[in-house]
Amino acid sequence: MDFGNLLSLSLEQALGPTAIIYCLAAIGLNVHFGYAGLLNFGQAGFMMVAGYSFVSVATIWDLNLWLGIPLAVVMTVLLALLLGVPTLRLRADYLAIVTIAAAEVIRQTISAASFSEYFGGQDGVTGFIGPFRELNPYSGSIGFAGVNWSGYDFWVMTVGWVLVAVCCLIVWLLMRSPWGRVLKSIREDEDAVRSLGKNVYAFKMQALVIGGLFGALAGCMTALRSASIGPSFFATDVTFFAYTVLLIGGAARVFGPVVGAVIFWFLISALGIFFSQATGGADPLIPDSIMTPTQASLMRFIFLGLGLMLLMIYRPQGIFGDRRELAIDVR
Amino acid sequence: MSADTGSASTGARVLDGVEHEPGAAKPDRILVASNLKRRFGGLTAVDVEHVEIQRGLITALIGPNGAGKTTFFNLLTCFDRPDEGEWSFNGRSLERTSASKVARSGMIRTFQLTKVLAKLTVIENMRVGAGKQSGEKLLKAMFPAFWRSEEKANTEKADELLERFLLIKKREDFAGSLSGGQRKLLEMARALMADPELVMLDEPMAGVNPALKQSLLGHVKSLRDEGRTVLFVEHDMDMVRDISDWVIVMAQGRIIAEGPPDSVMGDERVIDAYLGAHHDAALTFEEEERILAEAEAELAASLEHPEGSEGSEGSDDVEEDKRDD
Repeated sequence: MDFGNLLSLSLEQALGPTAIIYCLAAIGLNVHFGYAGLLNFGQAGFMMVAGYSFVSVATIWDLNLWLGIPLAVVMTVLLALLLGVPTLRLRADYLAIVTIAAAEVIRQTISAASFSEYFGGQDGVTGFIGPFRELNPYSGSIGFAGVNWSGYDFWVMTVGWVLVAVCCLIVWLLMRSPWGRVLKSIREDEDAVRSLGKNVYAFKMQALVIGGLFGALAGCMTALRSASIGPSFFATDVTFFAYTVLLIGGAARVFGPVVGAVIFWFLISALGIFFSQATGGADPLIPDSIMTPTQASLMRFIFLGLGLMLLMIYRPQGIFGDRRELAIDVR
Repeated sequence: MSADTGSASTGARVLDGVEHEPGAAKPDRILVASNLKRRFGGLTAVDVEHVEIQRGLITALIGPNGAGKTTFFNLLTCFDRPDEGEWSFNGRSLERTSASKVARSGMIRTFQLTKVLAKLTVIENMRVGAGKQSGEKLLKAMFPAFWRSEEKANTEKADELLERFLLIKKREDFAGSLSGGQRKLLEMARALMADPELVMLDEPMAGVNPALKQSLLGHVKSLRDEGRTVLFVEHDMDMVRDISDWVIVMAQGRIIAEGPPDSVMGDERVIDAYLGAHHDAALTFEEEERILAEAEAELAASLEHPEGSEGSEGSDDVEEDKRDD
């Protein structure tokens, strides 16, 4: 068992591009669920629409990649309106149903063979990354104390963590304002807020759009990280992992998603490496009669699920949450 | 207290010429509803022909359980839509208005089951209550320069109200940690943050202990003294008698009586509505005698004419039974 290797590889994951993507997605969910109480189970849909819009400008119309950003923004806002207009007047569960379904509809549609001319079907799209790669100031591999990233990954991380910082700043600015206060009030009791003269529908819609835009950043980062984009990057579990990230860190806390993403990916990676090392090689720590390497690859999810359950039981407010809030009888 | 009773009598005097009948016309009405109907399936929960609420007074809406008071409240504040009818606030029809717009136009309600924002502090609850805030605009929200001074003014106002409603010690506590009575106080104080013209209180005394009740009563009276109109639903008759200038009685969705508290409390229709038309009170000896004599007379009559009307009624009954089967 090589614990030094386990630690450095896990740290690479914890700070790496994938963690950033989930962090951004969770920041969006934090606005939706943590602050406004909107149950969006289709964050992967927002990511996918934004990601594909972003690259389509370059791959379909041969335009500059960066023109994809405004298109991604417009498409994300349209998606949020499309999902929000019929559901936000109704109870919270309806948004949950519609978003989870919409995310699947979007994924199935984009991966459909009939659109493979544009979106590459199951294989996805590549060959748009040039402009981003050109801007990369790093070369070789970069790292510290045994933790190393490739120059390109480090470039993605630089951009990513800057984006995360900007998003956190925006969320912090918004949530300490009267606007954020209304959002939190809506989470607590919609009718009370309505009785005080606030247009609840408009506030919920704004929250849906803004959270969706954070998700859109996650979608664009997905495309940049892999230098390709495909339907498999946006399966339903992406949304649920993002929720896990949010809950680990603590909902309705500005840094909740950041801490959550780092811990989540550290654990996923550390557990994965531990079990693969423990069952692999000659004379493994855990003999084949107990667990084969194939079985071991699933163990990390089992342990992660167990960890999440324990977290919900003993610290349901997450790492950053406020214990006092939980002492309150909600209804 | 003497000042309060003084203003109560002025209130009563304003309505001196008003007849004590359901739907009576008032000299200066702030809220008018006509032909308001709300059905839930086969049940007509509210069926109000006409009602007017006088400006600047405390009007109580009373009635037995299930009379439709809260539903009527929901209709007036646009939290529910009537099946038919029209209603207006300050002369403006509210037919196509949203609940939030109604609140912005100066009619703010509270709820029977108190709705505090549990995970916000008491002071934050109060700040939410303030009307039109530029910091609630998304684009301005990020830059405190746009809303800092407004927020400061709102906070000052909130502190004053908290002081008045004896909640200032709870300022930084989560609203969810307050007791039931304190929540009622907070909800009322929060409603006042927006300077409403008409305050609609849905059972403000429910679950409030007697000591707090007195101070709540004082608060409601002070609302009137500030020139606001108050309409409240209440079961507590002492409260109704004590503070209201005018009482409207609902039963089975209809308004059955109106008038000053004293005259309404003695009204036959009101007593009937509360106790049932045939009171379940114990019968006196004379009544028992009378009922017994009547029954005996009936029995004697049926014995004298065995094939009379009694018989045919009996066969009718049998037929009905068959049909029912």
